[in-house]
Amino acid sequence: MAEKNKITVPDELKSTVAVTDIQEVFDGNLIEKAYNWGRRNSVWPMFFGLACCAIEMISTAASRFDLSRFGMEVMRPSPRQSDLLIISGTVTKKMLPAIVRLYNQMPEPKYVIAMGACASGGGPFKEGYNVIAGIDKYLPVDVYVPGCPPTPQALLFGLMKLQEKIDNQKISETSWYDKENAGDPIPIPVLGPDIMDPKDFDKIRKQAKG
Amino acid sequence: MNEIAVVKSELEIRFPDAVRKDDREGFQGYIVEKESLVEVATALRDDFGYDYLTSVTGVDYIEEDILEAVYHFYRSTGGKELVLHVQTPRNNPVIPSLYKIFHGVDFQEREAWDLIGIKFEGHPDLRRILLWEGFNGHPLQKDWKEAFYVEEKKPFDNRWPEGKIQQIEELNKFGKNVRYPENFHDPESWKPEHEDLLYAGLLDLAEKTGSGLETDHVVINMGPQHPSTHGVFRMAVVVDGETITALKPVMGYLHRNHEKIGERNTYIQNIPYTDRLDYISSLSNNFGYAMAVEKLLGYTNEIPERAEYLRVIMAELTRISNHLWAIGFLLNDLGAYFTPSLYAIQERELILDIFEEVTGARMMNNYHRFGGVAKDILPDAMKKIENLVLDRLPRKVDELDKYLTKSELLQSRTEGVGVLTPEDAINMCAVGPVLRASGVPYDVRRADPYSIYDRFDFDVAVRYHGDTYDRYLIRMDEIHQSLRILQQALKDIPEGPILLRNPYNIKAPKGEAYGRVEGPKGELGFYIVSDGTSNPYRYHVRSPSFINLTGLEKMCVGQKVADVVVILGSIDIILGEVDR
Amino acid sequence: MYGKGILEGLLVTLKHFFGTFIDDIRKGRKRYMTDEGVEYRRSKDVKGIFTVQYPEERLPTPENFRFVPFLVYDEKEDGTNEIRCTSCGICAKVCPPQCIWIEQTTNPKTGRPVPEPVKFFIDIDICMNCGFCADFCPFDSIKMDHYYEMASFDRTKTNILDLTKLSKPASYHAEIHPIHFAREEEIRRVKEQKREERRLAKEQRLNKFKSE
Ligand code: SF4
Ligand code: SF4
Ligand code: SF4
Repeated sequence: MAEKNKITVPDELKSTVAVTDIQEVFDGNLIEKAYNWGRRNSVWPMFFGLACCAIEMISTAASRFDLSRFGMEVMRPSPRQSDLLIISGTVTKKMLPAIVRLYNQMPEPKYVIAMGACASGGGPFKEGYNVIAGIDKYLPVDVYVPGCPPTPQALLFGLMKLQEKIDNQKISETSWYDKENAGDPIPIPVLGPDIMDPKDFDKIRKQAKG
Repeated sequence: MNEIAVVKSELEIRFPDAVRKDDREGFQGYIVEKESLVEVATALRDDFGYDYLTSVTGVDYIEEDILEAVYHFYRSTGGKELVLHVQTPRNNPVIPSLYKIFHGVDFQEREAWDLIGIKFEGHPDLRRILLWEGFNGHPLQKDWKEAFYVEEKKPFDNRWPEGKIQQIEELNKFGKNVRYPENFHDPESWKPEHEDLLYAGLLDLAEKTGSGLETDHVVINMGPQHPSTHGVFRMAVVVDGETITALKPVMGYLHRNHEKIGERNTYIQNIPYTDRLDYISSLSNNFGYAMAVEKLLGYTNEIPERAEYLRVIMAELTRISNHLWAIGFLLNDLGAYFTPSLYAIQERELILDIFEEVTGARMMNNYHRFGGVAKDILPDAMKKIENLVLDRLPRKVDELDKYLTKSELLQSRTEGVGVLTPEDAINMCAVGPVLRASGVPYDVRRADPYSIYDRFDFDVAVRYHGDTYDRYLIRMDEIHQSLRILQQALKDIPEGPILLRNPYNIKAPKGEAYGRVEGPKGELGFYIVSDGTSNPYRYHVRSPSFINLTGLEKMCVGQKVADVVVILGSIDIILGEVDR
Repeated sequence: MYGKGILEGLLVTLKHFFGTFIDDIRKGRKRYMTDEGVEYRRSKDVKGIFTVQYPEERLPTPENFRFVPFLVYDEKEDGTNEIRCTSCGICAKVCPPQCIWIEQTTNPKTGRPVPEPVKFFIDIDICMNCGFCADFCPFDSIKMDHYYEMASFDRTKTNILDLTKLSKPASYHAEIHPIHFAREEEIRRVKEQKREERRLAKEQRLNKFKSE
């Protein structure tokens, strides 16, 4: 039965066809498909550049690579209007509180891409005293794009990975409709003698006493 | 005796007690007693014509137990440098500030205080600049160790032959690149103080320049996340209605410890790091650094002919791509949302294609080596460059010109906005297009020719109003001049070797060197002190974007809020270079 | 006339807008999804649309292009693979951010180091794609890859490359770096030839000595 109803789609049209199996309609998956299809093709990234990788991000948005083919050309400078935070560059301690604050201000569903070696794991400047070794120590990251800098095409591949992730999310399992477990905002680190994560306060106190 | 020698001997005659020749091995210039520094500097400016103090930095000589400030003086009419060294004991490092004489030292002295810990007495606003107030220690002091400290010098021993892989954060108790001082007790009771100082200083300034009416001052923070600041830059602005009465730039949000890492690196390892300074124009950064080290190594006159041409070709292509980008984003800041910048980026992409083909990467080129360049331009790529330089770019730049220059909207938003007078520009050590738009024809390529720039026929672009419109025009002019240089270079380029020698480890002889090039943003200098090993003892970048920002306040006060964005765009900063 | 400058500017935008359609009509279907089309869009004559429609079309990667490094192994005739790396450690020493870890062993019998790495790691979350390792390796055993589609959901699993992930056959190296590969082979051939000649000469001398 399933085989019979299946519609074969030529490769070049795969990305534009949402349902290929009539059975899915009866199963009630259609809503989910439509929902994810809508979301995956309208991810609005935040217009937020950190370092060298930001230049490649802008190049990706510019005419040669043209993000709008993925429905992502609406780069919003305000976190309130964006779905995707591309950490495009080195995260420094001085900048970290601002980044965490921006993330907290984004409405759900929100995604984070760590673009480049610096954002993923510290990059070439990892040993520096003002550099955070990877944004994932503070924010949940969805896709890591390695490279220094990733070429625009590598970033596009990362964005397609993100679309893949969105495709596989189920409405029933998503956290953002769950009122009880909506999740707390991430505590904002404080600039002390060095960066201080509120989650670490106990540890710091213990170390200072001991 | 040449002119500089005359000045030097006169200086000695005039200040017999205060000035003595720096006779350490490989050093040049003078050691000045700190008590008479202000006097000597004033004399240099007023009587000797050294009115252009481009670089101030510090060095920590831990073995001699001194901190030293290094000053590089130039004449705004061109010529070689005059170096002054001022020494102060490490336990009480105080040096008089030159702020009263040269405003341009403002940020540089703050930086030296922040990173090296030299107190500049008499500086009106000596706060930390790249780190935050309250940070523990002065990181460029030789005995200061970062949280992920592995070893004093690269290469690290734990990488080979027993390279047990580990993430360095695992060495750290907190796992997050964090270190707290010994006597730090309770994080809850910590009070951040850095913002208060900033606002206090700002309101002071606002009192002075305000309209005198009893109005409330409103402080607006633009950035660090603001679409117009070209990255993570922040301006704290005090407004009176819509008019700006005071402004202070706040930076360091991209401070990546370039200099500390640079001092751990070997000489050659620094080349790819310089790519990441001004990441729009990596190739000129490479150029400057390679020149500085070549000075130290004494290679300067041995570089193969073809390599010099390749360097110039790449540097000029970089200048064009940088200016295209700058113009595009200046228009973005003006509100021409994206169309002009898309046109500009399109041409830049074509230039990047060439970079990718020749050097291997679009942005982080890592192309220069000491004594030449890494890769040759093959005939295929050469053909592409020719197509671009002889055919497409002139056409497209004219088109951009037609599209923008005469536009009344552009003119009315930029003419007369953010004026910087020539006197101020020199006094604030402005460099590059910002300086030349104010009517000072100072271009390192002409003023102190390096590489083979003396062979080419080109003009130093100058404009005389010093406003934003002129800063836009001067970039257009420079693109044309760069095309001229490129056309000559492509015609004359000889065949031959491209690299002198390329060992993976180089030991530099003892001494100091300051190499500077005219980058797209202005004079980019590298100050290197070598102690005879294969790692630089001190490595300092004199970055044009950073020091051009000194003039920002002057340009903005009295303008409207909306113009700040445009003025900043016209200075053309890149945060990687501002914060390093 | 006030506004003339703006109008002239707008004409430029208009020209750009129509450029695409004119070009489309002139070139027809060949313009998209073909190598020729992509080549045209990066040439000096490109007018109108400029977009390369990744993932259907890709920009060709030039030979010098560098992304992350990989290790080359030779496929021997008997079906075994021999990694070229001798664990000499030069790449680990020259790597600017120090992201290469190499473990060397010594032969317990002779006490001399074995010319092959036991473990070899590159952390591509630190690697700055500078290409120094490939430049300075004396055995042509580490090269820069052209493969850039490496995005992943979890960096701990994918972003530290070990010996298995790093190793790629020499044929792959030849495929992506044809010019360099040919040059290296040429140098190697000359070297082999010299060695062979020297060996022959030595043999001859020995024979002569023996016969005398
Ligand atoms: S990954 Fe490389 S290119 Fe990207 S921000 Fe870090 S240093 Fe710059
Ligand atoms: S330089 Fe080459 S041979 Fe030596 S350890 Fe590195 S990859 Fe192996
Ligand atoms: S490309 Fe550069 S950073 Fe990466 S492993 Fe090689 S030498 Fe190290």
